Amino acid sequence: MSAAWLPVLPVVAPLLAAPLWLVVRRPQVAWWGSMAVGAVAFAAAAALLVTVLRNGPVDYAFGGWPPPIGIAYRIDLLGAFVLVLVSGVSWVVSWAGGRGVEREVDEPRRALFFSAYLLCLAGLSGMVLTGDLFNLFVFLEISSLSTYVLVAAGRDRRALPASFRYLIMGTVGATFVLIGIGLLYAGTGTLNMADLAARLPEAFDRRAVHTGIVFLIVGIAIKAALFPLHHWLPDAYARAPGVVSAFLAATATKVAIYVFIRVVFFVFGAQATLEALAVQHTLTALAAAAVVFGSWAALRQDDTKRLLAYSSVAQIGYIVLGLMLADVAGLQAGLTHLFNHALMKGALFLALVAVVYHGGGQRLSDLAGLGARMPLTAAVIVIGGLSLIGVPLTAGFVGKWLLVEAAAAKGAWWLIAVVVVGSVFALGYVGRMLEALYFRAPAAQGGAGIAEAPLGLLVPALVLAAANLYFGIDTRLSAGLAGRVAAALGGAG
Amino acid sequence: MSASFDPAWLWLAPAVPLAGALLTPLAARRPALRDAWALVSALGLFVCVAWLAGAWWRAGAPVLRSEGPEWWAGVVLAVHVEPLSMLFASVASLLWVVTTVYSIGYMRANREAHQGRYYFCFALALAATMLVAFAANLVTLFVAYELLTLATYPLVAHKGDERARQGARTYLAILLASSMGLFLPAIVWTHVLAGGTEFVSGGLLAGRLSPAVAAALLSMFVLGVGKAAVMPVHRWLPAAMVAPTPVSALLHAVAVVKAGVFTLCKIVFYIFGPAELAALGAQEAALLLAGFTVVAASLVALRQVEFKRLLAYSTVSQLGYVVMAALLLAPLSRLGAVLHIAAHAFGKITLFFAAGAVYTALHKTRVDELAGVGRRMPWTMAAFTVGALSMIGLPPTAGFVSKWFILAGAMDWQSVFVGTVLVLSTALNAGYFLPIVCRAFFREGDGRGFEEAPWPMVAAITATAALTVGVFAAAGPLIDLARMSVEVSP
Amino acid sequence: MNGVAHAWLIVALMMSGLYIVMASAHLFKKLIGLSVFQVSVFMLYISLGVVEGAAPPIVEPGVDAYSNPLPHVLILTAIVVGIATMALALALLVRIRRAYGTLDEAALAAKDEDA
Repeated sequence: MSAAWLPVLPVVAPLLAAPLWLVVRRPQVAWWGSMAVGAVAFAAAAALLVTVLRNGPVDYAFGGWPPPIGIAYRIDLLGAFVLVLVSGVSWVVSWAGGRGVEREVDEPRRALFFSAYLLCLAGLSGMVLTGDLFNLFVFLEISSLSTYVLVAAGRDRRALPASFRYLIMGTVGATFVLIGIGLLYAGTGTLNMADLAARLPEAFDRRAVHTGIVFLIVGIAIKAALFPLHHWLPDAYARAPGVVSAFLAATATKVAIYVFIRVVFFVFGAQATLEALAVQHTLTALAAAAVVFGSWAALRQDDTKRLLAYSSVAQIGYIVLGLMLADVAGLQAGLTHLFNHALMKGALFLALVAVVYHGGGQRLSDLAGLGARMPLTAAVIVIGGLSLIGVPLTAGFVGKWLLVEAAAAKGAWWLIAVVVVGSVFALGYVGRMLEALYFRAPAAQGGAGIAEAPLGLLVPALVLAAANLYFGIDTRLSAGLAGRVAAALGGAG
Repeated sequence: MSASFDPAWLWLAPAVPLAGALLTPLAARRPALRDAWALVSALGLFVCVAWLAGAWWRAGAPVLRSEGPEWWAGVVLAVHVEPLSMLFASVASLLWVVTTVYSIGYMRANREAHQGRYYFCFALALAATMLVAFAANLVTLFVAYELLTLATYPLVAHKGDERARQGARTYLAILLASSMGLFLPAIVWTHVLAGGTEFVSGGLLAGRLSPAVAAALLSMFVLGVGKAAVMPVHRWLPAAMVAPTPVSALLHAVAVVKAGVFTLCKIVFYIFGPAELAALGAQEAALLLAGFTVVAASLVALRQVEFKRLLAYSTVSQLGYVVMAALLLAPLSRLGAVLHIAAHAFGKITLFFAAGAVYTALHKTRVDELAGVGRRMPWTMAAFTVGALSMIGLPPTAGFVSKWFILAGAMDWQSVFVGTVLVLSTALNAGYFLPIVCRAFFREGDGRGFEEAPWPMVAAITATAALTVGVFAAAGPLIDLARMSVEVSP
Repeated sequence: MNGVAHAWLIVALMMSGLYIVMASAHLFKKLIGLSVFQVSVFMLYISLGVVEGAAPPIVEPGVDAYSNPLPHVLILTAIVVGIATMALALALLVRIRRAYGTLDEAALAAKDEDA
């Protein structure tokens, strides 16, 4: 009984709990409740992963209707892997929610903030779990709409236009996805992913199918903030409340990339899509540009959250570079980096929440001297930053090694050059943060009240930082699992 | 006699200073306890390495490895012991003890702030150095190498003023950029070519390389291992001279730069294999670059007036010797390269200690201010003279022994280039060290009277100077060890 | 109506919608463009369901060719999503207007630079 419910639990639990905070408007209750729901979702995801590892893919048919007719969930290793990551990191980030919203969200909105958070979580989990294309669109919109709310929830008025721009871009992206789905349906007559994958080979040469695939990929690229469709991301991340930035950076773009992997490698068939439609060359070039441009832009930022946001643009480039190598090693590298990047950015954004908690600003100069005043927060920034650069014994190193190795095995030397350039820039922007933290005297006036953030913020940040170290040493869950997923994908594609 | 040696004990060498580092914060607020603890950690490591060396020697000095857990598929962290590792580890651990004594004197006398952080990072750096020494493959070595860079960055930036920040930034940027940009790709390339990165007698890549690939890969290693300071990636070394003197002494005369040339020796000996490299003729370009570094750095040193910068460029030049001698590939010159790692360490640490003592006692930082210092600080400047002689390569010092073998190797293989470089650089070394000695002892200065630095510093200086002479006097065991390291990898 | 005319209409709507989104400096006009763009997609879906010469998909005796009902159902969902988006966007516009007193992009940027 309980096992049968497992696949839908990560979606249904937050979906049902979200409206509760409309009734019970107590922020504390909403926060504790949301954490409980997050724990349930995470536990279910972990249980699913164990089940999939043990017994192979899990199927769930809604309302008892079998797949091609009804909506079906199909959770394979890839889905379980990403779901564990998303629900796990967002759960840890939600611990920080209670303290985080205190400073950044007005009292009457706090309970609703958690409603939006739960809806977003439900949407993201749904995108990972579903086996139906149209259902994917619906979950995409659920997560997107709640994300716009979350971004605009803070006190900073600049978040409002940022959220609006995100809404416009996001809706255009989602509508592209919708067009793509419609055209694919027109070409094949099915919406079920597995069914579609079976029917596509014979329908592949139809123009409607080609157009549909391209629309779908462009739409997903907007959601994943792949260069040059990233414009919404820096503003949204920089202006949103800090916990929201942490949550989004760790989950939203990751799920978009997951969807990309799902449709390109499972549904369309990697070979056909990547080669016939020149997707591989185009996306490789764009991803390389993303790495160089994003890292370069990050180097020039004065606002720490914008800096991290541009760094995210670059990291998405790394992930796509790996995926676009389109062999097992490349996929493994991309997925490993996807996993690790969620941990890095989660830790770093949470550390920035801690920085601003006692009235600190979010500019680089505001970090000055915090190494002594907030030693633990500073340590989190150090670990996250080193992980971003890719220093050994941090998670970032593993992904970078695998990426360079995959590229070297294919003889793609220019790609290694891109990774190197990106790492050198990363060294620059992380270095600027570290230098401000430890070797710069704080501004003369003010800042007297700055002390270590409360435990409610510190603990989740430290947990994520520790995860960066842990997965830099024990790579069974990250690179190991990613390798198995990649092997399965390689077989499918 | 043939006691067995369990290589798993090798993990103890990095673990001891690591434990020392981790416990330092507990004592951070109590200076006496903190300093005592620093000394205990250093002695602990020395005893540990001495014990390892003894046990290993009694077991017949075998090459043994111990694997840690697999990191991810095909990549494993592992340590091993071979003669070169043992030599490097012994030298570094021995000099750490001396440096700790010196540090305590220096840091107290100059009332430096953040001493807890200082000793923490110092111990961490030693842990990394030990792991570099005993790394059994390139991946492990790279991990330790990067840790060493990161652990020393706060030490270089210790003063925290604009100049220190600038210097530390250059230090970190060049070292990390070269290692991430060239060293790591070279390692991955090796991994792809050979399916692993183990150090193997005779060369892991032997038989798998074309001359062009070998030349490219070797160039990537030589320039990527920025710590070896082969021009043009040497600039971090003078930049790092903003650090407190004990840091310059240990890290930029012993641990950091020596980790660099040690790494290159390991790569030439165990990744390429000297015989293979000689057959391919792929080392020519790198050899020329190393020779150029020796001469060019000496020329730059000739023009320096700041004491520590002069020593820094001298270090760049001396490291060039090691790289050049290793890349000449002749057995005798490789023996000389290994010896020079140790010889230069003893000599250069003496010189740095002397510079720091002069700064502490008289607050002089320029070589043209040193007139008459020899009379005011006789112990220090006598030790300085010993170090300088070792740099030039004159008896009775360690530098003479190593240079002798390098020269013998050059004659053996009839390398006019290396011979010329040696002669030229010896002249240049004499040209910038001897005037300092003369000025210190034979010129009248402004001050009079005996004004030595605090006793722990003088004790440390005397000890290292004695070691420099001692290596010359009793070079036998050291030469045996170096010869074994050449024999292990023909 | 021949087979392609409706497709051209949809494309024209789609392009003009996207153009308005990109070209307008006024946030409200952007939203209108977005709406036009979305509506074009709804029409695309509905046109997919057409079966030549078939009856509406309501079961009646004697009819055996029905239009495909699935696209209609799907687009009903999409319309609901569209309305939700619109409502949220309008709410955002109200708050932007309250916070800044304008909905013009250039003016918004200028006001933030002052602050």
